[in-house]
Amino acid sequence: MSRADSTPHRDDRRNMDWFVDKAVQILVFVAGISAIVFIIGIFVFITKEGVGFIFKSHYALSESVFNLLEEKKMPDTQLDALTPLEGKAFKTSQDLILAVEGVIGVEETRPYKELLVARSLDQPFSLKTFFTSPKWAPTSELKPTYGALALMAGTASVTGLAMLIAIPFSLGAAIYIGEFATGRTRELLKILVELLAAIPSVVWGFIGLSIMNPLIIKVFNVPIGLNVLNAGLILGLMAAPIMTTIAEDALKAVPDRYREAAEAMGATRWQVIFKVVVPASKNGLVAAILLGVGRGFGETMAVLMATGHSINLPTSIFDSVRALTATIAAELGEAAVGSDHYQALFTLGIFLFLVTFLINMTADLVLRGIRKE
Amino acid sequence: MVTAMASLPHIDNPVKLAVKDVAISYGGRTVLESVTFDVHEHEIFGIIGPANSGKTSFLKTLNRMDIFNPSMTFTGQITFNDRDIRKWRNVYSLRKRIGVVFPLPVGLPLTVYENVALAPRLSGVTGKADLDIIVERCLERAALWDEVKDRLDSLGSLLSGGQQQRLTIARALSQEPELLMLDEFSIAVDPVTTMRIEDVLKKLKKEMTIVLVTNLVQQARRLADRMALFLDGEVVEVGITEDLFAGQVKDQRTKDYLDGRFG
Ligand SMILES: Nc1ncnc2c1ncn2[C@@H]1O[C@H](COP(=O)(O)OP(=O)(O)O)[C@@H](O)[C@H]1O
Ligand SMILES: [Mg+2]
Repeated sequence: MSRADSTPHRDDRRNMDWFVDKAVQILVFVAGISAIVFIIGIFVFITKEGVGFIFKSHYALSESVFNLLEEKKMPDTQLDALTPLEGKAFKTSQDLILAVEGVIGVEETRPYKELLVARSLDQPFSLKTFFTSPKWAPTSELKPTYGALALMAGTASVTGLAMLIAIPFSLGAAIYIGEFATGRTRELLKILVELLAAIPSVVWGFIGLSIMNPLIIKVFNVPIGLNVLNAGLILGLMAAPIMTTIAEDALKAVPDRYREAAEAMGATRWQVIFKVVVPASKNGLVAAILLGVGRGFGETMAVLMATGHSINLPTSIFDSVRALTATIAAELGEAAVGSDHYQALFTLGIFLFLVTFLINMTADLVLRGIRKE
Repeated sequence: MVTAMASLPHIDNPVKLAVKDVAISYGGRTVLESVTFDVHEHEIFGIIGPANSGKTSFLKTLNRMDIFNPSMTFTGQITFNDRDIRKWRNVYSLRKRIGVVFPLPVGLPLTVYENVALAPRLSGVTGKADLDIIVERCLERAALWDEVKDRLDSLGSLLSGGQQQRLTIARALSQEPELLMLDEFSIAVDPVTTMRIEDVLKKLKKEMTIVLVTNLVQQARRLADRMALFLDGEVVEVGITEDLFAGQVKDQRTKDYLDGRFG
């Protein structure tokens, strides 16, 4: 190698700009990586607690074990004596047998020992119960049950009603702001909508408690004003501003030349909006709706305050319900760390996480669709 | 100079569009004034002039697109079919009679088929068979049918620039317009397509009246029966194309402009 190749040219120096550029590159890289690490960390934490519970097993006297004992001709008096133990969880079969011996005596237990060891393995959690039972009783002394159906129904009914209210409101507002309002009106409306979006959810919950509650009782003549209707209205009003903002962005992304071309053809304002502008921005509008659904689904404080927080499969909008998120918020503080109850709440968390993830991913895919066109 | 004035077959046709003493301004700033001429049925009327001379603004007033720009106003009188366009009570019905082709092709974000079917749909045609006939006929007349007949369901905005411009012509034709206005249609179109569109216009002339705004002097010469020159915010010349190119001009600036000796 000649000397000329190995020593840098005198103009070829790393200057300030070069170092700043390098530093920014590293900074951005670190920021990006840490975001990913955080997300993975959260995911691992929730899964460790929640998924572990799904596959957790213990020893217990379940109903089927009682049936077997009966078949083996255990006397009724003994069976009755054992009833208080039903469903109680033990770490090992040995512990279970000790407990049984404690109740009915060592000698009396001997004939059933083999059966108890072989058949008492049980799971506190069952996916079937989780999705089909409306009974959420994690703190039951006798037999804790983890049925999330009522909670899902609570969340779904409130979110559904909220969307029924928020979709027409927000799309209407977006169309007015984006297509009709001009100048100062338009700016003012946009600022107001953004202000609405910034109201903390506890304030909305407070409105639900102290304004909507008595109002619903009075207007509909029902005993309780904290119900699906109340929470749905509150949640709808909460979700509408952000949906309006996103929908308006989507409308604004439609170039004016499309409107001009359609108007030149003799289309009226409504025809331009419904035949050209809305079809052209439909991906953005769908994304706005999905983000609203996501918002409703994940909202905690306001629904905790406005639903009445009682476990119910709602049959009308005047029923009190309980939402998934509110359940976690209300119960996590009182559940002992590591207990079945504590872990069950994380299982609820995983479910919420999966659904929200699904909604957001759909919204993302839909939005991606926009950019392709 | 004693050359005979060229005569035109259309000059005895009824007046389609009468423009009298029109001035256009934006927010009080006048950009074009004293526009006066008639356009007869079945003629191609050319409007030429440098950029910013008010050609597009003039077209916009013809189909009352000024309504959507609060700062835009015009004075004077424009009649379409002997009726003052200001007195038109349903401005949408006026616009439906006037087809517009913009400088940059605007394929609406719809399929090729829907682009052409939109205007008939807005006018209440709903039958699929009827729409099929209209779509095919309009694409045919715009010399585009053969190229797109197998992709009617793909997005109009995916066509090439030249195809999109013919698509907008087909779309304008689907309105069954009495007047077709084209604004510098060849700006984003290759020369071959430009010639094809020019042929299309020569044929369309038999069915409708055409106002052709162009920045290409030679295009006006090839197509226009009569033409006007917009310059410095006013109309400096209106005359029969042949005469103007033969040097029979009232204003010296016209001669300079036509000869490319301007600026
Ligand atoms: N929307 C508008 N607002 C204000 N001024 C405008 C607007 N459109 C055009 N103008 C002005 O009017 C003049 C004529 O423009 P235009 O009609 O587009 O001319 P041309 O089509 O001949 O290039 C220009 O000076 C332009 O700046
Ligand atoms: Mg122009």
